[in-house]
Amino acid sequence: MSASDLPILLPAYGEILLLVLASAILLVDLFLPERLRGLTHWLSLATLAACFVLTVQVVRATGGQAAYTFGGMFVADLMANVLKLVVYAAVAAVLVYSRRYLAERGMLRGEFFVLALFATLGMAVMISANHMLALYLGLELMSLCVYSMVALNRDSATSTEAAMKYFVLGALASGLLLYGMSMLYGATGTLDLTQMAQVIAVGQVNGVVLVFGLVFVVAGLSFKLGVVPFHMWIPDVYHGAPNAMTLFISTAPKLAAFAMAVRMLVNGLIDLAGDWQQMLVVMAVLSMALGNFAAIAQTNIKRMLAYSTISHMGFMLLGLLAGVVGGNRFSAPDAYSAAMFYTVVYVLMSLGSFGMVLALSRAGFEAEELDDYRGLNQRDPWLAFLMLLLMFALAGVPPTVGFYAKLAVIDAVIKAGQIWLAVVAVLLSLVGAFYYLRVVKLMYFDEPRDAGPIAPGRDVRWLLSANGLAMLVLGVMPGSLMALCLVAVQGLYPLAR
Amino acid sequence: MLRLIWLVPALPLAGFVVLAASGGRLDRRSIAWIGAGSVGLAALAAIAVAAAFVAAPPPAGAYTQVLWHWIEAGDFSARASLYLDPLAIVMMLVVAGVGFVIHLYSVEFMRGDEGYNRYFAYMNLFVAAMLLLVLAGDLAFLFVGWEGVGLCSYLLIGFWYRDAVNGAAAQKAFIVTRTGDAAMAVGLFLLFASLGTLDIQGIALRAPGAWAPDAAPVVAATALLLAGAVGKSAQLPLQVWLPDAMAGPTPVSALIHAATMVTAGVYLIARNHVLFALAPAVQYAVAIIGALTLLGAGGAALAQHDIKRVLAWSTVSQIGYMFLALGVGAWAAAIFHFMVHAFFKALLFLAAGVVIQALGGEHDIFRMGGLRRRLPLAFWAFLVGGASLSALPLVTAGYYSKSLILDAAWASPQGGAWLWAAAWVGAALTGLYTFRVVFQVFFGAGATTDTHRVGWPIRIPLAVLMLLSVIGGFVEAPQVAGRLEAFGHFLASALPPLQPAVAPGTGFALGVAEGIASFGGIALAYAFFLRRRSIAALVARSAIAAALHRLLESGWGFDRLDDHLLVRPYLALARRLRADLADPGYDALAAAAAAAHRGLSRSQNGRVRWYAGGIVVGSILLVGAGVWL
Repeated sequence: MSASDLPILLPAYGEILLLVLASAILLVDLFLPERLRGLTHWLSLATLAACFVLTVQVVRATGGQAAYTFGGMFVADLMANVLKLVVYAAVAAVLVYSRRYLAERGMLRGEFFVLALFATLGMAVMISANHMLALYLGLELMSLCVYSMVALNRDSATSTEAAMKYFVLGALASGLLLYGMSMLYGATGTLDLTQMAQVIAVGQVNGVVLVFGLVFVVAGLSFKLGVVPFHMWIPDVYHGAPNAMTLFISTAPKLAAFAMAVRMLVNGLIDLAGDWQQMLVVMAVLSMALGNFAAIAQTNIKRMLAYSTISHMGFMLLGLLAGVVGGNRFSAPDAYSAAMFYTVVYVLMSLGSFGMVLALSRAGFEAEELDDYRGLNQRDPWLAFLMLLLMFALAGVPPTVGFYAKLAVIDAVIKAGQIWLAVVAVLLSLVGAFYYLRVVKLMYFDEPRDAGPIAPGRDVRWLLSANGLAMLVLGVMPGSLMALCLVAVQGLYPLAR
Repeated sequence: MLRLIWLVPALPLAGFVVLAASGGRLDRRSIAWIGAGSVGLAALAAIAVAAAFVAAPPPAGAYTQVLWHWIEAGDFSARASLYLDPLAIVMMLVVAGVGFVIHLYSVEFMRGDEGYNRYFAYMNLFVAAMLLLVLAGDLAFLFVGWEGVGLCSYLLIGFWYRDAVNGAAAQKAFIVTRTGDAAMAVGLFLLFASLGTLDIQGIALRAPGAWAPDAAPVVAATALLLAGAVGKSAQLPLQVWLPDAMAGPTPVSALIHAATMVTAGVYLIARNHVLFALAPAVQYAVAIIGALTLLGAGGAALAQHDIKRVLAWSTVSQIGYMFLALGVGAWAAAIFHFMVHAFFKALLFLAAGVVIQALGGEHDIFRMGGLRRRLPLAFWAFLVGGASLSALPLVTAGYYSKSLILDAAWASPQGGAWLWAAAWVGAALTGLYTFRVVFQVFFGAGATTDTHRVGWPIRIPLAVLMLLSVIGGFVEAPQVAGRLEAFGHFLASALPPLQPAVAPGTGFALGVAEGIASFGGIALAYAFFLRRRSIAALVARSAIAAALHRLLESGWGFDRLDDHLLVRPYLALARRLRADLADPGYDALAAAAAAAHRGLSRSQNGRVRWYAGGIVVGSILLVGAGVWL
């Protein structure tokens, strides 16, 4: 079947279904009595499952080829569909992990689910955007939902403060992004990423305007990724937000931010790679340094993981900046797929480690201090073992998948001839190993401080087990996921030629 | 059917996972069923796969199963693949079969131990790792099994970890074998760097084209592999760990430190025989190491008091025979002796275990005696095993395998009269030290003990191994006993047969000579240790004999030598370096990291306007980077 035989809106079927069902849940929830709130939870999960299945069907129908709709503003290529699948799965996991936590704190209200689903819709739009307006639309839809989610516990001063900070800085970043987009429009006369790439490729564009536009676009998306020097919101927001919201913002939005970076920099501006790769080098090194050094003496695990996010996103940038070597895109698929693999793996690791924080918390106890993890092995050996796997994966210890993620990125960096960058990355990862392994040390070699019950639900226990063991299974058999990332990246417009 | 090969290592691994994950919630009955059952099922799977292989040999005489692509990094590719050929089949059957009977034995032997669950978990992990080692089709994958068995060996030697001596023995074993393993790892790197693959068959295909005989890289690579094999198989000069390894439970000694793991070095060399054939100098070194080890260890076995240490030195000595066979190119003979040795040495250890348990943990043979009547089963088992070890002509399996090695040492172009003579003296020594134990422990007058009754989980393994120690040799027979080469023919597609064969007349003479060595050793033992103890006492009183005895008992003083040459200088150096120049450097690094942390934390002051300022400054920096860089 050729692309023209397909229904015109087929590439966006998943998003349309998500919109319809999310709106339906919004309405249904209005009429639900409090004791039936669990229904919203299951409906949300069912929605995500339905979107997952539908997206798989879209891949089947398009045969993995890129399909455009809405006048080329929206693209469903393999990378978009794969990332969306991961997003749906990640959001579903977030819902499962956070249900008990929210219920115990009176936050299990319809707003949470509706905001989460609309944020998911925003991410899906970002991932599939082939036009700067669509991209911005998705970004703002996601961001606004997330700001409100951080503030959902409106009686908590820290949460509202975190939400305010997030909102103000996010608005500033959006402003920078829009400013950059307008300059790019001025230079190229289009906001369509495919056309923009073509215009730039022809030449005859005002270079200075283009570079200024690029700078502000990079600044805007760096804010979303949370890399230095646009990282400052991350520790405060991660720390201040309720744990369930921290889990949410630290996982699926990272995939969307990655997609946004790829869409803008690779789909639209790959001919400026020489410029933006330089910027990414600076930010990657700074992020890895700041993230790791700032994390080593934190006493709060959420804050520690927040800094660790910064360093991981910096590491991921290494993959993005190693694609084009001297104008040659020969090794770009390997490099970008390494970055994609790294992001997906990071999301899995982050889900597991924040999920563990939620699993250990109970009414009136947040389990967010490192001291709360002392002697976990004596209290619940299986959870301690899963946490060990997650920490090893974050530190990049073989045979966990974290090692292969780092290996793939470093391989790309070395192939790009940037040996010094690889050395710096390894050394800074070594700094990182210190604080991850400290958690392991606390769990296995110290006496427990907290004696409260550990009673995550059966569903959380199973999901956490799957999540933790995935670190090991994917680490021993990383081949298929790596191959998937490679195929997905090879389908990108500028690399498919 | 061959496709089920993955089950063979996977079943014990599953057993390990279940036992390790149970966290002590299982009762002893379930532990025994899971622990022994998983290995039993693996043995059945191994038999089924072997039967299918023999019934319908796959094309090219080997079957490869790629489980998954394990590591792909640049040009480096390691496949998790299993490779089944006749050599692997023999190894697999012995490991799974002997492993199962020893597990069965352990069900009763370890019954009273509080670490029952831990014991079977480690044992299952060991069997899984050992099966992986012998079935791996890729040297990197083989190395996983290689290190896995090393780990299990460490864990099981130190199984009774509350006694510091056992912990020290475990560490000694680990560190000494690690010395060899490090060399082996370098050898693997070298092979990969030169040939671009670690696939065993790929190496065998590419090596002859890439290297002329005795080329420097192949000599280096084989020498490094040999170092790994020497460490694992406790050959000179890395034999020191094995006698101490007897600190573990007796079934562990039987399985790991006699029947299977310590022979991994033999397997490694046989598996890479193409490489060793390209490096005749190294191959000759294998033979020399084997000959020296078999003599030295045989002597040391003669002076031990601890029944398990006698057997340990005897293991070192018998593996020396296997190395000798490898060194003269008699690959199949080495594997044959490995198989037979696994049967009779496991039998000897298991019988010794019964004796030790009956005497409440007594190891000293001079405090035993006359146990023939009280422990008839152990007596017969030990006698059969000892006869097989001493290569009693015609009726025992040990005779067939050992005489094959002696014949090869004589006839092979790499061999010669000297190597044959060393092996011949070793054979006599074997009879002497083995029957010294038999006569001392089971004959004469001695300690009293109640009749010790053992249940079927101990009887069956002993019976099976007794049977195998006798008939296990009837698959290959030398000249003197009517030529039969079933075993060699079976292995021929994996291991080339020895050329030239022994001439018929010489073969007969050699066979007779070997018989004389065996009988001579036993007769000497009879004279010294049963009939005329006064002679032995008289000899023992002379100063020279006493000094020799001390030297032999200490295993030729290698422990003291290592202690003075390596351990003490190393410790002294470590003490001296405790407060050296490097330390402040590292401390400075840590202090710098802490300082960096403080500085960076200060940047996170919680004020939004600072953060916004940071974004602005960052954008300006990016403009700078974009415009000027």
